[in-house]
Amino acid sequence: MRAFDYVEIRVPAKPQYVSVIRLAVSGLAIRLGFTYDEIEDLKIATGEAVTNVVHHAYDGEAGDIVIGCALFEDKIEIMVSDYGNSFNFEEIKSKIGPYKEDENVTMLREGGLGLYLMETLMDEVKLNNEGGVTVFMTKYVTREQVEQNVERIIT
Amino acid sequence: MNINVQFRQNENIIRGFVEGEIDTYTAPVLREELDNLRITKGVSVELDLSKVSYMDSTGLGIFVALYKRATREEAEFKLVGLTSRLARLFEITGLSELMDLEVDTDTKVEIGNESV
Repeated sequence: MRAFDYVEIRVPAKPQYVSVIRLAVSGLAIRLGFTYDEIEDLKIATGEAVTNVVHHAYDGEAGDIVIGCALFEDKIEIMVSDYGNSFNFEEIKSKIGPYKEDENVTMLREGGLGLYLMETLMDEVKLNNEGGVTVFMTKYVTREQVEQNVERIIT
Repeated sequence: MNINVQFRQNENIIRGFVEGEIDTYTAPVLREELDNLRITKGVSVELDLSKVSYMDSTGLGIFVALYKRATREEAEFKLVGLTSRLARLFEITGLSELMDLEVDTDTKVEIGNESV
């Protein structure tokens, strides 16, 4: 038997399906015992990855997004993939990141936070750029830690 | 899943109430409502986000745009009623250092409040 369950969802790359994916991922995460905050983080990170595909992958052409979720006992791995245009990760990465306190208001970016949020809200984010873009994201369940702490308090 | 935006204007103060989810699907509605606001010098815009059950970077982008517009017009812009979830997004992106935000400490987190 495999060490994990695998769930795959395929939807058209359209804005109205982003929330459907978010809710599906949240439903799977509940099963693994993630906390409320962790689930909200997962929803945002997945939403960002799917939104990126909706906006950039197909240049207005019809296309699909494939979301694969590997459910382990202690973590969830989420893969978001398209077969449209790939982007240069390093180039995009150099343009993202948090805002700085002394930034000029008139120059503030109005986008480009998606990848930054994914990296901040997930434990690991990897991108593969060959023939379309695939985002791999991992988040660990913190349940074990809590149990250990409880034990420590009792003894 | 939906979004609802309402405004009340009292002289120079515009109070807006946003309810629902802010993502790439609902963003055009919110963006249009905000674009239609008459923001001029001395006007104070206050948006209440206490009923926003989900928001991602799409929402942050919209509020950054409004903040820039208000600053350009020499108007005031403030976000109020932020839940701890929303406040966290503004914090990790550094926007809380730039924008005028008011966190709603009384907000009870409703689990699973995002409707299908």
